[in-house]
Amino acid sequence: MSVIASDAVIKKEAGFEPLIVAFCCNWCSYAGADLAGTSRLNYPANIKIIRVPCSCRVNANFVLRAFQRGADGVIIAGCHPGDCHYMTGNYYTRRRMSLLKNLLEFIGIEEARFKIDWISASEGNKFAEVMNDVLAKVHQLGPNRKLRDSRWRR
Amino acid sequence: MLREKITPDTTKKEIGQISEISDEKILDCLQCGKCTAGCPAIHGMDIMPHQVIRLLQLGQVDKLLASTTIWGCAACFTCLSRCPRKVDLSKIMEALRLIVLRTKGNQRLEIDKVPELLAKQIPQQAIVSGFRKYVK
Amino acid sequence: MQRVGVFICWCGTNISSTVNIEQVVAALENIPGVVYIKDYQYMCSEIGQNLVKDAIKEQNINRVVVASCSPRMHEATFRKAAAAAGLNPYLVEIANIREHCSWVHKDKEAATQKAISLTRAAVAKAILNEQLIPGEVGVEKRALVIGGGIAGIQTALDIAEAGYQVDLVEKTPSIGGKMAQLDKTFPTLDCSACILTPKMVDLALNSKINLYSYSEVTEVNGFVGNFEVTINQKARSIEMEKCTGCGICLAKCPAKKALSEFEEGLAKRAAIYTPFPQAVPNVPVIDRETCIKFVTGKCGLCAKLCPTGAIDYEQKDQIVNQKYGVIIVATGYDLINLDRFGEYQYLDHPDIITGLEFERLVNAAGPTGGKLVRPSDQKQPKKVVFIQCVGSRDKSERGKAYCSKICCMYTAKHAMLLRDKYPDCEAYVFYIDVRTAGKGFEEFQRRAVENYGVNYIKGMVGKIFPGDNQLQVNGVDALSGELLQLEADLVVLAAATQAKPEADEVARMLSISIDRDRFFTEAHPKLRPVETHCAGIYLAGACQGPKDIPETVAQASAAATKAIGVLSKNKLVNNPCVAKVEQAVCSGCLACIKICPYEAITEQVIEEKTRGKVRLRRVAEVNETLCQGCGGCTVACRPGAIDLKGFSNQQILAEVDAICR
Repeated sequence: MSVIASDAVIKKEAGFEPLIVAFCCNWCSYAGADLAGTSRLNYPANIKIIRVPCSCRVNANFVLRAFQRGADGVIIAGCHPGDCHYMTGNYYTRRRMSLLKNLLEFIGIEEARFKIDWISASEGNKFAEVMNDVLAKVHQLGPNRKLRDSRWRR
Repeated sequence: MLREKITPDTTKKEIGQISEISDEKILDCLQCGKCTAGCPAIHGMDIMPHQVIRLLQLGQVDKLLASTTIWGCAACFTCLSRCPRKVDLSKIMEALRLIVLRTKGNQRLEIDKVPELLAKQIPQQAIVSGFRKYVK
Repeated sequence: MQRVGVFICWCGTNISSTVNIEQVVAALENIPGVVYIKDYQYMCSEIGQNLVKDAIKEQNINRVVVASCSPRMHEATFRKAAAAAGLNPYLVEIANIREHCSWVHKDKEAATQKAISLTRAAVAKAILNEQLIPGEVGVEKRALVIGGGIAGIQTALDIAEAGYQVDLVEKTPSIGGKMAQLDKTFPTLDCSACILTPKMVDLALNSKINLYSYSEVTEVNGFVGNFEVTINQKARSIEMEKCTGCGICLAKCPAKKALSEFEEGLAKRAAIYTPFPQAVPNVPVIDRETCIKFVTGKCGLCAKLCPTGAIDYEQKDQIVNQKYGVIIVATGYDLINLDRFGEYQYLDHPDIITGLEFERLVNAAGPTGGKLVRPSDQKQPKKVVFIQCVGSRDKSERGKAYCSKICCMYTAKHAMLLRDKYPDCEAYVFYIDVRTAGKGFEEFQRRAVENYGVNYIKGMVGKIFPGDNQLQVNGVDALSGELLQLEADLVVLAAATQAKPEADEVARMLSISIDRDRFFTEAHPKLRPVETHCAGIYLAGACQGPKDIPETVAQASAAATKAIGVLSKNKLVNNPCVAKVEQAVCSGCLACIKICPYEAITEQVIEEKTRGKVRLRRVAEVNETLCQGCGGCTVACRPGAIDLKGFSNQQILAEVDAICR
């Protein structure tokens, strides 16, 4: 049933090409994305990656700005807990972003639009899987209209 | 016996059906033969269990559908428990049987004959399992 | 005014086959700030780099954006090129349109649009780039090698050879590792001990090398050039300086029930023991769990007998703190546990052994003096079955999905040694595939078959049934489809290799990464095979993946060379992308201090003049040599006074804006 339902949504938003911004930490997830590239694992072109030194560099402002400027989804990817290149960075990410997740839910941004995941440098497969998964969910949800700045047109 | 040349064909629709019914990946198999080496039901089989997968990898479904192997498999899962590649051969055997049974008119067990078989003192369990295995 | 030059690489056809370069060029022309655009087939080549250099000089561009492969690949190359042309290297920005675009997308139009978007983001970031000047930090001219197997020994010797101090930390009482346990080595069949023990002695005698045996690294802090390491020297219960290694204590110790680790449990050892006669250092250890003195308090025989009074039951663990410039990890491997392979009956029958146990059984210094006998009845076997790939290439929970690499060769060696010593003994090898990639390896294995008459059977063993006298091995010859039944006297299992159980802990301590099989990950699978992602930490040997001895030694020497490269420098250049505090904005809440994992932020009191009065105010201050540039503090800063150079808030927001256009 779910397959049929999702088809209907996609039809409704004909021509909808979601835009997803992914913040990837330099040491694990960005390298994981590189590995997905070297292994030629396909994921949709809707995902655009911004490199940050550590996932803890990502300020809640960056996420909000992306939503405001018309992104339909935001992904933050870091090293697995315990594997952070900077020892404890991803623990901060985990705490900060779970708060932000609550806030986003409160202001009406669907949960599936904001994803935090841990992808190591050897997990090219997982990188592609996570990207495909988020895109499929955002596709079902349709364009993000909640936070979008009305003056900002895409 | 005359040898015939075969042409490998992995695009056959039966191969697709087998993967769909069994949900097993035939390309995972390394042909180590551990399934054959440990199979307790091997004595009634004309094609060895590991050869079943090899023939599937070559797309030779017809030979398998005509074999005694698929009916001899007891689905005891000994092969699965030892397989280094986690290929569930009993599921593939089941898929092969289903392909035969789903063809019109194919019935391995005639229900009318069941009382006769019972008289020969086949355990009830076997009859029940026979219904599952041999009848549409 | 920023003048941006954009350089688009085709990467042969790697990029240009999916991304329409012309379209990218056309789209970038309209971006304010972009004054020069050039595309070329191989931007990383010398000609390509010259294009960048020439444009800096002739076109007067002061920001460089290269749209090419991952910055992890060639960022350094282009930074160097820019620096050569007189531009601050940190004004170069890379747009990753290969790994993140052309290689993962098939749709040409979508890929082109994405490439435009990524390049636009890089331009937006580059415009905000600032000149950065890296700081310098001194180098502690001392190396730490963790693990004393052949990898660690080779690395330590090579670094010492170059004239630097090396500390080698080994967990067990002696160095030597797995190689010390082996009998002969393939493919030359020279004796393992004969080639290893001289190296062990060299190491012991080398004045540049300090050996911490029976010790473990417990804590690692700091960074390349300045690692601060804590080593725990476990209590040996023997004073190293006094012990002469005479061995009286070993012979007289009444507690002889413990299984010898070195003999793979095939022999017993005393509670006071050296693992093997050629051990380095040749100083025994008291195993406090089996020693009668430690268990009941009544014995003390060794202390009475020791001619130099070296025994010290009161000895405590000692903590050593030391600074190192580089660390080499050479922690080695283990064999997997065969508990879960019920069909092979390893746990249930003494005559079913692993390859490593076989090494001890045929070793002249082993428990049987080199006479191959069955562990059960001490009789010489007449038929030996070898089974390869026990747990290797195994996707189930029981095994390892990778190929253990060494088993094909050592099984051929075992069978050959067997046939050589006992020509009347038959050898059967069950295999899935025989892999002999290596110099002289194929010839070696063929010799086993052709000259030594080892029977190779492509197929596997289904089950082993222990009988009264013999082991019934039920297998199959997969090629003919025949079922085989062999009555074997001895079965040797080539158990898969695996990472050490402590690998996770070591990785966490050193903040290096491990892969899904828990082997340490190298920085680049092809081009940086001995480095880790953590600068100054290198890998050697089987801790990075299954390896044979020649490969291990080669990697160990490579790691040593990399380490010497760092040690030979007097100063190291720091990463200039570090945090900085705008002290005028800082409120002095010091939330950043709590966040910083490197203790790089400190409290500072500054004088401020407001309305003619001088006031003292508390602010945060970043130590640029300690800061590693994670940026965690920037988010914690309430007034937004801390920013990260090279990844500033403005820059990341500009990237977001450029992407979301």
